[in-house]
Amino acid sequence: MSEQIKVKMRGENVCVHYGEKQALFDVNLDIGTNQVTSLIGPSGCGKSTFLRCLNRMNDTIDICRVTGDLTLDGQNIYDRAIDVVELRARVGMVFQKPNPFPKSIYENVAYGPRIHGLTRDKTEMDEVVENSLKRAGIWEEVKDRLDQPGTGLSGGQQQRLCIARAIATKPEVLLMDEPCSALDPIATAIIEELIDELRENFTIAIVTHSMQQAARVSQKTAFFHLGKLIEEGDTEEIFTNPQNKKTQDYITGRIG
Amino acid sequence: MAGYLILTIIAFSLIAFWIGRSAGNKFVADAQGTTVHSLPGYHGAFVAVWVGLPALVLLLLWLVFQDNVIDSLLLSSLPQSEIAGLTPAQLNLVMTEIKTVASGTIFGEPAPHIMQGAETLTRWRGIAGWAMVATSVCLMLLMLFFTRSRLSARFRARNQFEAVISGLMIFCSVAAILTTIGIIVSLLYESYAFFQLVPPHEFFFGLNWEPQIAIREDQVAGAGAFGAVPVFYGTLVIATLAMAVATPIGLFTAIYLAEYASERFRNIVKPILEILAGVPTVVYGFFAVLTVAPAIREAGTLMGLATSPNSALAAGGVMGIMIIPFISSLSDDAIRAVPRSMSDGSLAMGATRAETITRVLLPAALPGIMGGILLALSRAIGETMIVVMAAGLIATMTINPLDSVTTVTVQIVTLLIGDTAFDSPKTLAAFALGLVLFFVTLCLNVVALRIVQKYREQYE
Repeated sequence: MSEQIKVKMRGENVCVHYGEKQALFDVNLDIGTNQVTSLIGPSGCGKSTFLRCLNRMNDTIDICRVTGDLTLDGQNIYDRAIDVVELRARVGMVFQKPNPFPKSIYENVAYGPRIHGLTRDKTEMDEVVENSLKRAGIWEEVKDRLDQPGTGLSGGQQQRLCIARAIATKPEVLLMDEPCSALDPIATAIIEELIDELRENFTIAIVTHSMQQAARVSQKTAFFHLGKLIEEGDTEEIFTNPQNKKTQDYITGRIG
Repeated sequence: MAGYLILTIIAFSLIAFWIGRSAGNKFVADAQGTTVHSLPGYHGAFVAVWVGLPALVLLLLWLVFQDNVIDSLLLSSLPQSEIAGLTPAQLNLVMTEIKTVASGTIFGEPAPHIMQGAETLTRWRGIAGWAMVATSVCLMLLMLFFTRSRLSARFRARNQFEAVISGLMIFCSVAAILTTIGIIVSLLYESYAFFQLVPPHEFFFGLNWEPQIAIREDQVAGAGAFGAVPVFYGTLVIATLAMAVATPIGLFTAIYLAEYASERFRNIVKPILEILAGVPTVVYGFFAVLTVAPAIREAGTLMGLATSPNSALAAGGVMGIMIIPFISSLSDDAIRAVPRSMSDGSLAMGATRAETITRVLLPAALPGIMGGILLALSRAIGETMIVVMAAGLIATMTINPLDSVTTVTVQIVTLLIGDTAFDSPKTLAAFALGLVLFFVTLCLNVVALRIVQKYREQYE
């Protein structure tokens, strides 16, 4: 990793237990500012678990226990002084399955700014909604039907709506958990392009099952296997010259 | 006789099943080149159904019509000298006496034509019974031979049997619908009779309800007034009180159970709450009248308020407790049915738990919650026992919950007990009240269905 990239989030010796079962073993991983970091690996390898540690979504699972240090701008996010609500406002998330709220498209995007009091009046809110939808590349498609339910959109549009919703809160980090797995290739291409654009303003961590996707959108790649971080490094390096045998096997399709 | 016959029919069906299945087994064993269409069991079931069902239908029809036929035969066999010039009611009396004698209960010395009639009746009944058995058995044998002859390797026994079963399901669903239609028709019929006696505008807009009119000349009673507004007003007051108690308590219970309570706590508390709905309403009734009403009266007296012994508050409050589980249980289910991805999506944006509940979960669960509330409301409007015991009988237009009020259901009960005559407006008024009540709850149900349908698929 080149020296001029600032570390946005850092995990040190992160272990996660679900009840008796350990899901993550001593993971050390940095997420660089304004970079796209992709987490790859076979199903059940812990990549989503690690991602969910980064905005403490694992807190919603009763039996889940996280140890080790996770920092955002050098501050431990599991510290008592940290308000989890504030943390999640700074570290947004887009899920595998598009999950727009059963509200209008406008209300979906306005949800975050509204609960965090980011806007003072209706005009300002309109601006935020328009900007977010534009940034998510869906404005042209929905500008005439903002009052219609977000659930009526197609899968790809729904996912872009969810991205718009996430960036409307103006987070610093955007976590994406297999955002394209439920989408067709065209919608996937649109979202990938979008991720590349969003990198300018956000730090992005993305979990993906598609190696091509990781190669296309990310600057850094981390390979997980059976709860352990096997290898991490520049995406080009990982895909052309992997150091570990397991990484090589996985990216060439021999394990997975 | 009918009981034995039913056993016989069952036995015949079992034999028929066995015969059909053996035939099926034989087709399977003999199959060469051609395949057998249905499993042997379906051959058996096909034969059994066609043997058993027609016999059962015949039995039912026989039982329905037997008495009518025998009665008319008996009537015509009675000596003309005895029954000439009798009114239908008196004829009815004679027939009843004959039947009583025939069943072995003899008071005093019945007239000879009655004794003879009873003998004839007993004899005919015996003949009819045996005729029924003989006809049924013949029918079953006939059907057995006919259906057995239809079986073959390519015979579609499965499709035939399934057609019979689907017919049976249609019959069952139609039975419920027909019952509802029957109830509506009888209500309409009696209400029409009522509105012949009392003009509709008086019933719907009259403010005075004094239905205790004299049905005999020598009775002392009021002049009679059938303005239903105070009665419906009372129902409205009681139902509002009940909903005011039940909606917040039920809804908050549901939110707590669905979102905050631990799984263990929920598993204990939810069944206990549902017991509330299972307590007999008469028990709630005496709880209201013996415990709650005196407590309210004393509290009222302490505060210097005039409180009637039967207060709307006691009845409405206790009814509210009773319908809590309708709201809490259904709302809890509705909230938990909202996909986890919804609350995850909201939490991941930095919404607090309370914000997630009020802004995402409750709107998404709204159909279920509304369904629960409307179900509870229909229950509150139709509830009788608690209000009969605790609310009072006098129809007053009051909004004071410490006064006694009366409801539609209470009035229906009081109109139909005691001295009644089916052609007096007093009795018929009960049907008119019932019709309006039925209409109101029907509308509520339709509204509930509408709401559920409109929002059902929103989050999918």
